[in-house]
Amino acid sequence: MLDLLKQSPISARVGMTIVLINVLVAIFAPVLAPYGETSIVGDVWASSSGQFYMGTDHLGRDLFTRLVYGARNTIALAFITTALSFVIGIVLGFIAAVKGGWTDQIFSRIIDIIMAFPTLIFALMILSVLGSSVSVLIFTIATLDSTRVYRLSRAVAMDIEVMEFVEAARLRGEGLWWLMRYEILPNALPPLVAEFGLRFCFVFLFIASLSFLGLGLQPPLADWGGMVRENAGAITFGIYTPLVPAAAIAFLTVGVNLIVDWALHLSSGLHE
Amino acid sequence: MEENNLLEIKHLCIEGFFEEQWNTIVDDISLNLKRGEVLGLIGESGAGKSTIGLASMGYTRQGCRLASGSINLDGTELMGASDEELRTIRGSKIAYVAQSAAASFNPFHRVIKQYAEAPVQHGLMGYEEAEQDAIKLYDRLFLPNPEEIGFRYPHELSGGQLQRAMVAMAMSCKPDIIVFDEPTTALDVTTQIEVLAAVKEITEKMNKAALYITHDLAVVAQVAHRIMVLKNGKLVEEGETRRLIKHPKEKYTRQLLSVRTLREEKEITDRMDVILSVEDVHAAYVGNEMVLEEIDLTVRKGRTVALVGESGSGKSTLARVITGLLPAKKGSISFLGDNMPLELKHRDKETLRRLQMIYQMPDTALNPKQTVRTVIGRPLNFYFGIKGEEAETRIRELLTKIELDPDKYIDRLTTELSGGEKQRICIARALAAEPDLIICDEVTSALDQLVAEGILSLLQDLQNEMDISYLFITHDLATVKAISDKIVIMLEGRIVEQGEKEEILSPPHHEYTDKLLASVPEMDPNWLDNLLDERASTFL
Repeated sequence: MLDLLKQSPISARVGMTIVLINVLVAIFAPVLAPYGETSIVGDVWASSSGQFYMGTDHLGRDLFTRLVYGARNTIALAFITTALSFVIGIVLGFIAAVKGGWTDQIFSRIIDIIMAFPTLIFALMILSVLGSSVSVLIFTIATLDSTRVYRLSRAVAMDIEVMEFVEAARLRGEGLWWLMRYEILPNALPPLVAEFGLRFCFVFLFIASLSFLGLGLQPPLADWGGMVRENAGAITFGIYTPLVPAAAIAFLTVGVNLIVDWALHLSSGLHE
Repeated sequence: MEENNLLEIKHLCIEGFFEEQWNTIVDDISLNLKRGEVLGLIGESGAGKSTIGLASMGYTRQGCRLASGSINLDGTELMGASDEELRTIRGSKIAYVAQSAAASFNPFHRVIKQYAEAPVQHGLMGYEEAEQDAIKLYDRLFLPNPEEIGFRYPHELSGGQLQRAMVAMAMSCKPDIIVFDEPTTALDVTTQIEVLAAVKEITEKMNKAALYITHDLAVVAQVAHRIMVLKNGKLVEEGETRRLIKHPKEKYTRQLLSVRTLREEKEITDRMDVILSVEDVHAAYVGNEMVLEEIDLTVRKGRTVALVGESGSGKSTLARVITGLLPAKKGSISFLGDNMPLELKHRDKETLRRLQMIYQMPDTALNPKQTVRTVIGRPLNFYFGIKGEEAETRIRELLTKIELDPDKYIDRLTTELSGGEKQRICIARALAAEPDLIICDEVTSALDQLVAEGILSLLQDLQNEMDISYLFITHDLATVKAISDKIVIMLEGRIVEQGEKEEILSPPHHEYTDKLLASVPEMDPNWLDNLLDERASTFL
């Protein structure tokens, strides 16, 4: 693993640095933030100064503080959601690949139906019916996203499932769990890890766009997408405030993608 | 450059980059090739024979480089030649026929279109003309329906036909030299003959020079005038074919030549316990189109039954039926005296334990993410609940039994083993279950001759020691002769003949058995000519 890091290309290192900075900021948010997450401390849309590093937002809250707490909320939410979608997607995808036949048919058709709806519209519908609490948000996005993970993990597992070592395990009489956990998963890991990075970005952007539409994390909790929306009006006055959280979103997305590119490169075996 | 020499390689060294440094993989090889001459390169995998074959075209695989020496092709020095120069030479002066024609054709284009590509590209002739040429060549290479066959797609041709179409393709620009890289290795004995005849036609009647690369001495003896024996990138011995086969100088060459006889004769009597008995089995993949019909066979305790046939004869399917992966449509299978459920999922753990299987490709039969310890330890834990300390001892015992050093191998990932070692681990995995019957599906066909022999003698020793029965599926009759007690010959999903080894191998044979036996190459360099003459005369 360490060797791998040493051999990583410069782009991947830049990506890792970006992600590391974001993660550290998220973890140490209370230490780094000069003010409270929701406290109003100054004028509306004040410009940057020694007192407010990045100025203030539309209610007079410190933008830097909001950005730091926003990192925490946005990244944690995206991470938990992606992880959950992977658990659901991989388990169902592997079961479909190993069992085949009717199980596969039923799973795949249900997934097809869900995928037939545009994700954003589907999510908006569920969130407006059930309300956008954090847990509903996580479950909704994770479920919708797991359909994509399902497709990938099923395809990958089907390729592995026809290998003779899986057949040998079947002939031994191994159960579903062993086949999935010990025969298929280790061999399916590289493409799935790459996909995880990619999906994380999508989920992250998806939450940001939901927040922008007002159905994501609810105020006064800070999150980057919501911050762009709240301050959108400032653009007309030539104030750069909404660009700061937008830039933060772009920054992290680029960082994760740089790592994903490298992971994809590794998993495709092109490094040899 | 000496007169008459088409290709002259002098003191060639080739290096490959692995383990973070340049290592010599071909060491100081010199060779000459005259017009109309065929030079055989022979050795196990890793001997550097393919690397030399490619180097004669001025090409090296990725991660390799031509380190020193000279390669002179008809007056042109290829060492250090520019890509542009090499491009004009390749195809038009020297051409290459790869091992697997099936993988070398583009499945989306008709065969004849791929033939025409090179001559049109090199500007030698128009497309129409190239097509006419192709048809003539197909005819000369004994392809059926030469007028029509080129207009098929690659998947519509058999393996042997495809290989011959590939030979024709290599000939398309009328090169002086053709490099044949194991052109018959992927084929079974009866189709191998067709390809060998085509090779002979080209080299003798069309007066081309050729490098013929193979690991099978009997094959190369049929086509080559001279043979070079290689090992680990070094020359072991070189000589005129007849001389080399009659009087090999080096020990290694003698090993390659040695005829395999591993088995002491044993008697089979009806009193011996029947381990497996298959009765009137029919099987189909889809619908009611039977791929196996009326299969009856028995395997007795401590004995080996060889199941022989060419590819597509249904022998591997029969293995799937016996293991329950493909449940039989009709018939019954009894194992150790009891009727066994036909479907895998209805069989109990004890039955599964006592019937084990070893596969053809050890690369895919072992999970690349598991260590040797896990691979062998799992059946111990799964069937007997052996864990920890006790499992460790048992794994070590098994490794010793398959002649691998436990300290060295137990922690290795399966990807860190050679082909022969992997196959030994597969055997250990089967042994860990303490089975009564092991089905061996072409277990040696992916291995080099000497490694394969090692595996066969290991299986033999294990049988003598533990009284295991084998159902041995193979298309290699030499293997059959070496290890079996009883032979079952299959063709098109049916058993055409079965009986004791002596009975089957001595005449009178069933017509098909006869053809199969006659198709196995012998060391005699005249064998192919005699066989072709004989077949030609029977057709007249």
